[in-house]
Amino acid sequence: MARTKVVVDPITRIEGHLRIEVQAEDGRIADAWASSTQFRGIELIMQGRDPRDAWAFTQRICGVCTVVHAIASCRAVEDALDIEVPRNGTIIRNLIHGMQTVQDHVIHFYHLHALDWVDVVSALDADPAATSALAKQLSPWPNNSDTYFQEIKDRLAKFVSSGQLGIFTNGYWGHPAYNLPPEANLMAVAHYLEALDWQRDVIRLHTIFGGKNPHPNFLVGGMASAINLSDTATINAERLTDIHDMIRRARRFVEQVYWPDLLAVASFYKDWAAIGGGTGNYLAVGEFPAGDAKDYDSLYFPRGIIVDKNLNEVLPYDHEKVAEYVTSSWYEYSVGDDAGLHPWEGETKAKYTGPAPPWEYLQDHDKYSWMKSPRYDEMPMEVGPLSRMLVAFASGHDDAREVITEALGRLNVGAGALFSTLGRTAARGVETRLLAMKLEEWYDELVGRIRTGDVATFNTDKWDPETWPSTAQGYGYLDAARGALGHWIQIQDGKISRYQCVVPSTWNCSPRDPQGQMGPYEAALVDNHPLVDPERPIEILRTIHSFDPCMACGVHVLDAKGDLVTEVKVQ
Amino acid sequence: MIFPSSLPWTEDQSLGEHLAGSGVSRRDFLAFCGEMAVILGLGSTLTPQIVKALEQTRRPSVIWLQLQECTGCVESVIRTAEPTIGDLVLDLISLDYNHTLMAAAGSAAESALHQAMEENDGQYLLLVTGSVPLNEDGIYTTIGGRTAKEVLEEAAEGAAAVIAIGACAHWGNIQASNPNPTGAVGVSQIVFDKPVVNIAGCPPIADVVTATLVHYLTFGRVPDLDADGRPLFAYGARIHDQCPRRAHFDAGQFVEEFDDDSARRGWCLYKVGCKGPACFSPCPIFQWNTRTNWPIGAGHPCIGCTERDFWDRYTPFYDRLPEVAGFGVESTADTIGFALAAGATAGVAAHAVATGVHRARMRHRGEYSRIDVIPPGEEDELPNEEGDDGQN
Repeated sequence: MARTKVVVDPITRIEGHLRIEVQAEDGRIADAWASSTQFRGIELIMQGRDPRDAWAFTQRICGVCTVVHAIASCRAVEDALDIEVPRNGTIIRNLIHGMQTVQDHVIHFYHLHALDWVDVVSALDADPAATSALAKQLSPWPNNSDTYFQEIKDRLAKFVSSGQLGIFTNGYWGHPAYNLPPEANLMAVAHYLEALDWQRDVIRLHTIFGGKNPHPNFLVGGMASAINLSDTATINAERLTDIHDMIRRARRFVEQVYWPDLLAVASFYKDWAAIGGGTGNYLAVGEFPAGDAKDYDSLYFPRGIIVDKNLNEVLPYDHEKVAEYVTSSWYEYSVGDDAGLHPWEGETKAKYTGPAPPWEYLQDHDKYSWMKSPRYDEMPMEVGPLSRMLVAFASGHDDAREVITEALGRLNVGAGALFSTLGRTAARGVETRLLAMKLEEWYDELVGRIRTGDVATFNTDKWDPETWPSTAQGYGYLDAARGALGHWIQIQDGKISRYQCVVPSTWNCSPRDPQGQMGPYEAALVDNHPLVDPERPIEILRTIHSFDPCMACGVHVLDAKGDLVTEVKVQ
Repeated sequence: MIFPSSLPWTEDQSLGEHLAGSGVSRRDFLAFCGEMAVILGLGSTLTPQIVKALEQTRRPSVIWLQLQECTGCVESVIRTAEPTIGDLVLDLISLDYNHTLMAAAGSAAESALHQAMEENDGQYLLLVTGSVPLNEDGIYTTIGGRTAKEVLEEAAEGAAAVIAIGACAHWGNIQASNPNPTGAVGVSQIVFDKPVVNIAGCPPIADVVTATLVHYLTFGRVPDLDADGRPLFAYGARIHDQCPRRAHFDAGQFVEEFDDDSARRGWCLYKVGCKGPACFSPCPIFQWNTRTNWPIGAGHPCIGCTERDFWDRYTPFYDRLPEVAGFGVESTADTIGFALAAGATAGVAAHAVATGVHRARMRHRGEYSRIDVIPPGEEDELPNEEGDDGQN
């Protein structure tokens, strides 16, 4: 039986530029290639800069994960220079990163992922009264009346009847893979719109502490937002009240809209609990320290490794076991392209060997992506909410166990269902619920400390470069919305001499390594994966979106000598 | 039910005209409207109103290209408050192509792009985020196997105007900073034959982007621009001249270290590196995220992100500017501040700054009516700046 070559480029509703190629056979995916098609070279640009500026440069790697690189960078510099961040600084960073993750996951579900499961046009057939009844059955959310859903339906009908479908143009509407009844579709469309308003509101927490979003400001050694209850220009009671209200609104939406919607949608797609599993290896670096960032035992989400879906054993994480390969990437190593290099020794010499654009296929080329291939102990690793929740679950984390058990029970599936496209999407919801609760705890802790008179947000001891050693190196981790992130910095005479990031989407979107092992996207696409209509590849979108790709994050480069040499060989 | 989007539709046509041209009779069209009335639950008596609504002009087509970028500008625009992103994409424009939000992917997405370009040739508004890498024949960013440059050139050809959103599309931004490994450039270095508006910033404030869009939709042309292509309504004044902390600068009250007593009183951030004196931006006036706050308001110095080459010219970020425009060398800035602090003039200076900010706000608010409503060529009849509009 001949295989059909299918290309999906651009993959939309993600961050950045991703190309997926597959070979389909008898309605299944037989082989897959994931290619990142953008390269910017930001780390190269950081050569020779002030390490205290590094957070701003690395932050611009991604405007979706807009705080994660900044915090990881601050931690790397603080590790290198042995700077202790005041507890308030850590709490504020936790609040910022926690809200980022909550907001990011909700946006992902409604605006990036939902249209893979929700047929917008079908919502026009919904009965608003029946939709209201459905919604009331699921949640006490106030916007559940039939007049409300009538209004949403009217608005949608007006939009569709205008003939200009805008962002909904050429969607795969009517595809047989859509399973939701019209009422569930209408409810989801209503919440798609509500989530647009909600995300704008709750992210203002970043604006209060960091001045703006996207790209709020950070500071090596703490945070710049001073606390003074008796001044108009600082964090004061008015600001704190605003933050607290936002946190409550965030939690309410998560518990009364996102979580019920997630379970309701999932209940119609339980077949996807056996599709798209992939590598079966999961890595979490852990996140949300209660004390110093390097006090790994204090992390709310624990770190660890799960191999081959074995939830009975969590292996310790050791960043020394991370290595990057370029066998299938458009780079070359001085020690040979099949070698693996730890980020401390990382090399980047871009060498494009793909076809001259415009091209049709990349799958016929040995090298096919700007992504490198990170491996842990030579194994490909999936990172992200599913990895974090599996590591937490397997580590006996009470909060994670409680919410995961609730989800599995409500869907009436076993723990094996987690190793799938649906499991990935559900784990994101589990994590969001946990963090929405945790935000309140961090807020209470911050207020409690201010009450006792501790308002310090910044440690000035090592601010002056005169206090630094002539050489230093540091590692900054962070478990971001999309997964495990690492920043490695080397400092010489007060300047950055080497900077390397290994990023969630590099792990997940990595191409094949020297052993021929696929990266997690590719492995998931060939794991019991349907593709019914190659012209309308909605199934590919479901699995790829379940990872929440962030391509700008994944591609980065640093050359130790600071010179980028590029050779283009058109084949 | 008739499904209008399945039929080809040319520019300048209302739905009624389009259906008539497609062989759908007036009778069928009215029947469709009646059907819609039922679907909408309005009853047949409201059918004429639906007919009228549907026969109105189409929503303007907007095509948004995302090139070599981080998507922060799209995220910023999604946070817009006035109008909200929901109102924008459902009611005000037809956002026919945008990778982050659009349902379609792959060839279906690319055909949506080409469909929009053909149907709205010469009429659509082209938004661009991200830079264009030119080194190595553009292989550093490709979409659908084509280079960013090729995609941009094709889309720009039929655009009525081009709005470059954010520092990447403006001048290339961080990836164009030394040593610019990919040869990244801004839109205005690729598109020469039509107006290019630069919405500066990394990212820009959402409301500046949407206000520019609304300006175009309302007045039929792009706003007045400065020499760098930035809309005057947003980038006409320095941060330093609009800053609520300016009185502290004039009074010589500076933050010496982060989180010191001065920082906890909201004093001036000039000495810890603020680039406000060299940055034209609406941050202090528009503020960020539904006017919640802005960088200096959160205690961090401005990094000057609305200015070209700020990653090279304004770094290290925490070093103070070598000089402050208008005040001479560094020592002069301090001297002026301390001198003012010595006497009652400090209060006068603070008052003057407050007045300046107030005037800047009034100018900003008045700009739509004062400049844009009046057709080009009739500016001489405008009231003077301090006068009441239309009263003289």
